[in-house]
Amino acid sequence: MKRYVSLVVLVATLFAVKSVRAEDPVAALKQQLQSLQQQMQQLQQKVAEMEAAKAAAAAGVTTPQAATRKAWSPTDPIPLVKAGPAYMNVSLVANAAFGWSTEPDVEQLQGAHHDPNQRGFSLTGAELVLDGAVDPYFKGLAAIALVLEPGGETVVELEEAYLQTTSLPWNLQARLGQFYAEFGRQNPQHPHAWAFVDQAVILKRLFGPDGLRNPGARLSWLAPTPFYTELLLGVFNSDGGTAASFRGGEGHAHGGEEEEHHGSEIHGGEPVARSLRGPQDLLFVPRLTSAFNITDNQSIVLGASAAFGPNDSGANSDTQIYGLDAYWKWQPENAQRGFPFVALQGEVLWRHFEAAEREHDEEEILPAETLRDWGFYAQALWGFRPGWIAGLRGEFATGNDRSYASDLRTDRTRISPNLTFLPTEFSKIRLQYNYDHREQIGDDHSVWLQFEFALGAHAAHKY
Amino acid sequence: MKQLLLSAMLLSIAWTGHAKVNVVATLPDLGAMARDIGGDKVNVTVLGKPAEDPHYIQPKPSLLVALNKADLLIENGLDLEVGWLPSLLEQARNRRIRPGAPGRLVASDGISVLDVPEGPLTRAQGDVHPGGNPHYLWDPIRGKTVAQSIADALKRVAPADAAAFDAGLARLLGRIDEAHAAAEKRLAPFRGAKVVTYHKSLTYLAERYELVVVGTIEPKPGIPPSPAHLAQLTEEMKTSGVKVVLQEPWHEERTSQLVAKRSGANVAVLPAQSGDNPAAPDYPSLIQLVAETIAAAMP
Repeated sequence: MKRYVSLVVLVATLFAVKSVRAEDPVAALKQQLQSLQQQMQQLQQKVAEMEAAKAAAAAGVTTPQAATRKAWSPTDPIPLVKAGPAYMNVSLVANAAFGWSTEPDVEQLQGAHHDPNQRGFSLTGAELVLDGAVDPYFKGLAAIALVLEPGGETVVELEEAYLQTTSLPWNLQARLGQFYAEFGRQNPQHPHAWAFVDQAVILKRLFGPDGLRNPGARLSWLAPTPFYTELLLGVFNSDGGTAASFRGGEGHAHGGEEEEHHGSEIHGGEPVARSLRGPQDLLFVPRLTSAFNITDNQSIVLGASAAFGPNDSGANSDTQIYGLDAYWKWQPENAQRGFPFVALQGEVLWRHFEAAEREHDEEEILPAETLRDWGFYAQALWGFRPGWIAGLRGEFATGNDRSYASDLRTDRTRISPNLTFLPTEFSKIRLQYNYDHREQIGDDHSVWLQFEFALGAHAAHKY
Repeated sequence: MKQLLLSAMLLSIAWTGHAKVNVVATLPDLGAMARDIGGDKVNVTVLGKPAEDPHYIQPKPSLLVALNKADLLIENGLDLEVGWLPSLLEQARNRRIRPGAPGRLVASDGISVLDVPEGPLTRAQGDVHPGGNPHYLWDPIRGKTVAQSIADALKRVAPADAAAFDAGLARLLGRIDEAHAAAEKRLAPFRGAKVVTYHKSLTYLAERYELVVVGTIEPKPGIPPSPAHLAQLTEEMKTSGVKVVLQEPWHEERTSQLVAKRSGANVAVLPAQSGDNPAAPDYPSLIQLVAETIAAAMP
């Protein structure tokens, strides 16, 4: 009986193996999985061994003596931040907002993808950031954001995934992959680094709900001047919702079905499918930035940026965006946890959008025209005691009068006072009020309470 | 444009061809030691200011310019600078000071570290440094080890000046020994005295001069004090007879004063780093002034 059973099993196994072989990709996957499992087991074993060795050392030796320094080799982990010896830093930043607005369609009012998107509670983003040294020549970073849309659907965005050089000569640094274009101060920042609950109106209008980011490459040069000067040139693909003023196609980054037949929100016409005909159809983003210490306790950072690329209103139309930004900060030498401080920040942006002759709503022909938009935000932050920051932001955005008018081009003013409390660097509670005035629509009031926490090893932010 | 770029590049090469060694130190104490050892052979830039909390130095762009030109970077290590140095280094694009390069010195290497956390790390315990307490420069004996490491690093990046560095090191070690002897003498009457500190940063100092730290104003490292914790601390200070509260200049003094007043103790704000007090421009004089400040606050 036993023999009979084992025979059956053997035959069955043979058949199974045969059928697996017949479907090669599945077998390959299985094999990969197995080898991964093996690797995991090996790693776990290694960890256990190391821990045992550590425990033994602690038990046997009374005076802790640090190991003598050993030469670094490419296979050693480089701990960039509070991670201990690991090949990669992992962090998760989650952001939730709770509040109310007099405008029932909160998405229409706020618009940016990491803003509060409905009355009541919204999860405006949970961002997983993985980063570390790839090898002695590169560092790598991936930021994956999860957003809960008002319908309850979870949307996954690959915000950034790039490789950056660490060892180029002549003060050069290159970056390759998907990343935020270094235009101005706020566009390259991840939402948790913002000083306000929401994205600035003018940035949302010109760069779309997710900011200006796309697959591309960037070269930067640190000038050998006595003060900080950096020159950057980014080159990106110019299509998709994350290049809204360019070959943006449908206005939304996630292929929303909702605005299918209303044409582009920017120029009103049906977006023209333009293929990449050559380098002239790429998106170019140059930036020059400098910083000076005014006194020991005050410094200022100035920048000028531009973005040039084709747009989707016609086959040969282009867009130019220009921006100036400034940041000034005062902080005394004996600050406690970085407080007190006063920081002022502002950006002004202009867009010059060459709209070709185009069809609006399948009936009306809009003439070729230039759509000019501009706007600014200016914000002041006052860290008045450790952990507490009072903020005030003023914004204005407008567009010139042309045959196509949209909500994204009319006058808008917004005033936002807020108060932020940081119990530690890893948690944040923020209360913000927005006074909104939209031309033809009128006044709106919103109050948002934002909560944020960070787990794991999060890299320090830029100044 | 091309010509401009080329000439700028040539200029940058010319600028890096300095005769002096460009030393960048994260902390004033490390900078002061490098200056004492290197003398006129080195150009020392210090990133943190004397009264600036080394955990929270502002990563100003001017600091990355200094890092870009450095031949040698001296950092404290043990994650003290983790909040601001990594982002600067990433932008500084200087291969001479990469991890493991001859131009990179982690001063904590070779130091016997205290307060190394055991068991799993959790931020519920506050801002615990996973590698152990990074404030070892309070101890002059460990300071001597650091001086030795700095001299070795200088010799590594500028072997031609080795003799000068050796002489500088010998002078500095002698002065640290003198300062330590004087400090020990000054604090001898207070051996075993109980103290409270603001941050958990004075472990090394207390160990060296046999002071007993019975509590901290911060309930956990980096966590602001709560009224309940302060009430408990005040009681403990009364029962164990704590006479002095020690703190660094970058912590607010109000809470220390409040606790001290309630328990009948004195507050001593220590000159935390070289140059903070004009009377202590360098490391040996700092050691002596710290001892003097503590002794003066004792009843």
